[in-house]
Amino acid sequence: MKVEQLSIFIENKSGRLAEITSILGGSDINIRALSLADTSDFGILRLIVNDVESAKQVLKAKGFTVSKTEVVAVEVPDRPGGLSLILQALDVEQINVEYMYAFVERCGGNAVIIFRFDETDKAIEVLQSRHFNVLEGDRLYSM
Amino acid sequence: MYFNQEFETLPRPALEALQLSRLRSVLERVYANVPFYRTSLDRSGIRPADVKSLNDLQRLPFTTKQDMRDSYPYALFAAPMEEIVRIHASSGTTGKPTVVGYTRDDIEVWSELMARSFVSAGAHKGDIIHNAYGYGLFTGGLGAHYGAERLGASVIPISGGNTRRQIMIMQDFGSTVLTCTPSYSLFMAEEAKSEGVDFRNLRLRVGIFGAEPWSEAMRGEIEQKLNLAAIDIYGLSEIMGPGVAIECIEAQKGLHIWEDHFLPEIINPETGQRVPEGERGELVITTITKQGIPLIRYRTRDITSLTYEPCICGRTHARIARMSGRSDDMLIIRGVNVFPSQIESILVAIEGVEPHYLLIVDRSENLDTLEVQVEVDERIFSDEVKVLQRLTRRIEKEIKDMLGVTCSAKLVEPKTIQRSEGKAKRVIDNRKY
Repeated sequence: MKVEQLSIFIENKSGRLAEITSILGGSDINIRALSLADTSDFGILRLIVNDVESAKQVLKAKGFTVSKTEVVAVEVPDRPGGLSLILQALDVEQINVEYMYAFVERCGGNAVIIFRFDETDKAIEVLQSRHFNVLEGDRLYSM
Repeated sequence: MYFNQEFETLPRPALEALQLSRLRSVLERVYANVPFYRTSLDRSGIRPADVKSLNDLQRLPFTTKQDMRDSYPYALFAAPMEEIVRIHASSGTTGKPTVVGYTRDDIEVWSELMARSFVSAGAHKGDIIHNAYGYGLFTGGLGAHYGAERLGASVIPISGGNTRRQIMIMQDFGSTVLTCTPSYSLFMAEEAKSEGVDFRNLRLRVGIFGAEPWSEAMRGEIEQKLNLAAIDIYGLSEIMGPGVAIECIEAQKGLHIWEDHFLPEIINPETGQRVPEGERGELVITTITKQGIPLIRYRTRDITSLTYEPCICGRTHARIARMSGRSDDMLIIRGVNVFPSQIESILVAIEGVEPHYLLIVDRSENLDTLEVQVEVDERIFSDEVKVLQRLTRRIEKEIKDMLGVTCSAKLVEPKTIQRSEGKAKRVIDNRKY
């Protein structure tokens, strides 16, 4: 039930983001979702792509530091309070959200949020037991 | 003006006779008391009695910082511990510091030479000496302090830091002489300016600056901003501490090295051979009166030149030129000696950190800055910002704890630090001396 995310270290200097997207585009890799965490000195680019292994290979070959991280994609009811329900369920179980960002595509009528938890397996268990829809990686990459 | 007119103006023939007898005596002492010197002299086939002239000094083997490290902490001491009354230390090239010990006589000599240095700089009894060199294992604070007391001046042992308080005390206590690193003096000037304090309204007359390299241009800036005469002083803990050599206020041209206690030579750092008078090379010093830890032909790694030309001040002691660099890779950052190898050993001890690093030294608002760039590889990389920030804070803290120097750690992408085939370029020094 986990989704593989690529995390890439980038220095805060101009053109780095463009370079990464151009490398991926040139290798026919489609970016499905992304988020950029930045500090004054560096940034961490997080990507969900349609072909994790190839994306990792081409970026590493170009000298980037890349790591794979397991994240969780959850369908969120597209109405007021939808996200709140999920977060409350996790809070009760004391699971921390390290970061989260939205997926580009919708799943049916619902939004999809990518979560990075401190305890991934426990989070999935909690979410499923409360009948939230946790999406499979394969389904997400090809959405 | 002199502090010890007889010795400071001793005619050269008498000075050289004194040097030879002191050289022979120190050689006898180290040969008898320090196994390292007995072995090294035996190996080079020279006995102390074979030294018949000052020229024979060239035949003696060098002592290096590595020899001091190998003798850590006390193996080079020539006096028993019961006679050692003070211990100081400075940075070694890796983890362990370089340790020196002083007998009571050594402290007496140091105090006198520092008092001579104050007078040479134009200070006198009645001056209020604001001593902003750091007190502690570093020799600067206590060295200048004892010299000021020997001179009979009033010394304010303020040590470094807390700049606003320094300025208040200079104003209120009427400091007339300032001792600190040249870069700190400029930092004080900036701070004073921002507080609306004008140095022209202070009583400061003389500044004695050392412990880091500086330039004639910086002297001009300091003299203008602090409204005082800026004097260059030289010293190193291995030889004694501050007061090994100092400019005279009369000429402000070259630093008189107190030759009745130290024998200076300039060598080619590659060949180890002496260079002709006036040529640049590495300064080598033999201590001829020290008892605690006498050093024979110690390679200071400081680059300078030597002249025996008579000086208008009347002192007969040779002068060394302003230091113009190092023959090794030691950096002096805010007066603290730092070797890149020390930082490397701290970095590699942190799990996952690659020994690909670059040190960028610069000067911002007159204070030295050190940036430590470390390449991020997969072992230390994390998708979480806080993990990487924790790593940079840890690097900064360990360097501060081990070396006493504040730095900022910066993570960079892999392969961004230039690889070279021979010796890697580890340091970019953007400071203009």
